[in-house]
Amino acid sequence: MSTHDTDSGSAAGTAEQTPTTMESDAPATEPVIDVSEVTFGYTATPVVEDVSLTIDPGEYVAIVGPNGSGKSTLMQLMVGLREPDRGTANLFGERAARFDDGERVGYVAQQASATKEMPITVREVVKMGRFPHVGFGRLSSADWTIVDDALATVGMSGFADRRVTQLSGGQRQRAFIARALASEADLLVLDEPTVGVDAESVDAFYDLLAALNAEGITVLLIEHDLGAVVEHADRVVCLNREVYFDGPTDEFVDSDALARAFGTEARFLGEVDG
Amino acid sequence: MSVDVAATLGASVLAIVDPSLLLSLQSWLGAVGDLVFGVLLWVLDQWYWLMDWVYYVTGLEMLNPRYRFMHRAILVGLCVGVMAPLIGTFLVHRQLALIGDALAHTAFAGVAIGLFLNAVIDLGVSPYLTAVVVAMIAALFIELISEVTDAYNDVSMAIVLSTGFALGTTLISLNAGGLAVGVNQFLFGNLSTVSPQSAAILLVLFAVIVGTVAVTRNQLLYVTFDETAAAVSGIPVNWYNRVMVMLTAMVVVGAMQIMGVILVAAMLVVPVAGATQVSRSFSESLVVSVVLAELAVLLGIAVAYYGGVTAGGVIVLVAVGIYICAIALGKVQSIRGERTTPDMGSIEADSVDVNTGTGDD
Repeated sequence: MSTHDTDSGSAAGTAEQTPTTMESDAPATEPVIDVSEVTFGYTATPVVEDVSLTIDPGEYVAIVGPNGSGKSTLMQLMVGLREPDRGTANLFGERAARFDDGERVGYVAQQASATKEMPITVREVVKMGRFPHVGFGRLSSADWTIVDDALATVGMSGFADRRVTQLSGGQRQRAFIARALASEADLLVLDEPTVGVDAESVDAFYDLLAALNAEGITVLLIEHDLGAVVEHADRVVCLNREVYFDGPTDEFVDSDALARAFGTEARFLGEVDG
Repeated sequence: MSVDVAATLGASVLAIVDPSLLLSLQSWLGAVGDLVFGVLLWVLDQWYWLMDWVYYVTGLEMLNPRYRFMHRAILVGLCVGVMAPLIGTFLVHRQLALIGDALAHTAFAGVAIGLFLNAVIDLGVSPYLTAVVVAMIAALFIELISEVTDAYNDVSMAIVLSTGFALGTTLISLNAGGLAVGVNQFLFGNLSTVSPQSAAILLVLFAVIVGTVAVTRNQLLYVTFDETAAAVSGIPVNWYNRVMVMLTAMVVVGAMQIMGVILVAAMLVVPVAGATQVSRSFSESLVVSVVLAELAVLLGIAVAYYGGVTAGGVIVLVAVGIYICAIALGKVQSIRGERTTPDMGSIEADSVDVNTGTGDD
């Protein structure tokens, strides 16, 4: 299925070609994420190959792809959890793996992976968002105000003293969003956040994301649910080891990128609006 | 005296680097070592005084000033009751409950190495010190394996556990003539063999452990709860994991004196499991687990003294009894708690009125 077998450097099917030369000086509006010709593999076979894309402040980008397409790996490369084998991954203009302004990135994982029988309240979870700011110190009253504001923003003030394990999936994900808000993150990275969340909460969850994006927070969504993606994201990156499509959501719906990336049986799971 | 030996060793290592400094450094380190040990003995004396006072007030026979070893055992027990659940809380919630067991068994190898060296080259070092060193090396080893393989795997943990114990038994049988006598105290713990020296070692371990956790509590909590998010937020997760396992090694060796190799891991796990049942917040669970552990330690030591049985076993049995009570209490709490459900507030992001924007079908 792959369009080329050697590392020739050509990104076939990519709608947006990013410049291959590295610019040492950041432009006026510095991209939030800038990956260039990134290749990474856990073994000799690359999981992510020759991927280049740029995400600017305020964008709402979704990365879609079939299972094992490398979208979670690409996310890990973008936020510096892994170093690319080849190419460069920059976060806020700094090399992602060396990035040390961690509070600017809020991370929300699949809620299934965060399910633990740990006694911890919602407020204590949101408090963690302040840890990159306070280091070894204690939270000041200003920090606590930010925590409580974040709880209010996601509508979870009433649950502040609840144990996280007692929450529903949707409520728990809201708590994690609040943690990112408390950290005053400019970039929100969500890795399949609605897996195991009931349908009603999913809608409310995406409304929250849209509201935060409207306030200027950059949203990067890793998602397998294509219906949700075309309904909510402004821009879609379709990935299956390589980038098959990168552009506005409307164009993605009309293109054949999906069929090529997923194979023939893929179709939109939800109703697509115009 | 162990502190002197450590000081001498340290000085001789440094002497290789710069021989001219040998004499001054050796005397300086020796002086510091003596000073620290002196301070610890002074603390111990104050403790004896306090216990004597409690004896005269309460008349409890087990606090009789003639039994200094009981005073030391209670001090060690109280320290263990704080540090074991403190570290255990972070371990249990990372599904690392068994690492304590693995490290205790490698600490036994450390004890055997200490006894062996004492017998062969007359090193004169406390076996607890060699146990700390060996257990910390094993802890780092387990952690590095898990970093390379990206997962804590129970197979490598089991291998480290049995290797440690096998090494220990082999070394001890090698020297069976003089050594077989003292091994029971390490395997099962013993109240009456807590020497002033090992109590001093424990006080140092206690200070290091409590101090480290107090400073890094934020980071340890974040790493325990959500390792990936902690890494994204810029916390060097691997370093905190290494610190955690090394502290675990220290706790295990400290608690070994009264609990013994075989039962020591219970103190890391059982009080924490009990606290998890009844606590709502993390800070509450820390406090509750320490209270439960202290309860188990003090009741256990008392029963062991008056009943003439092994303290380690009794302490664990009491802890498990407390755990069962905590489960029952937790069930009652959750039944009563389910009746009230707070309202979920609406989303309050300012610039967009999302509540009117939802047109879901």
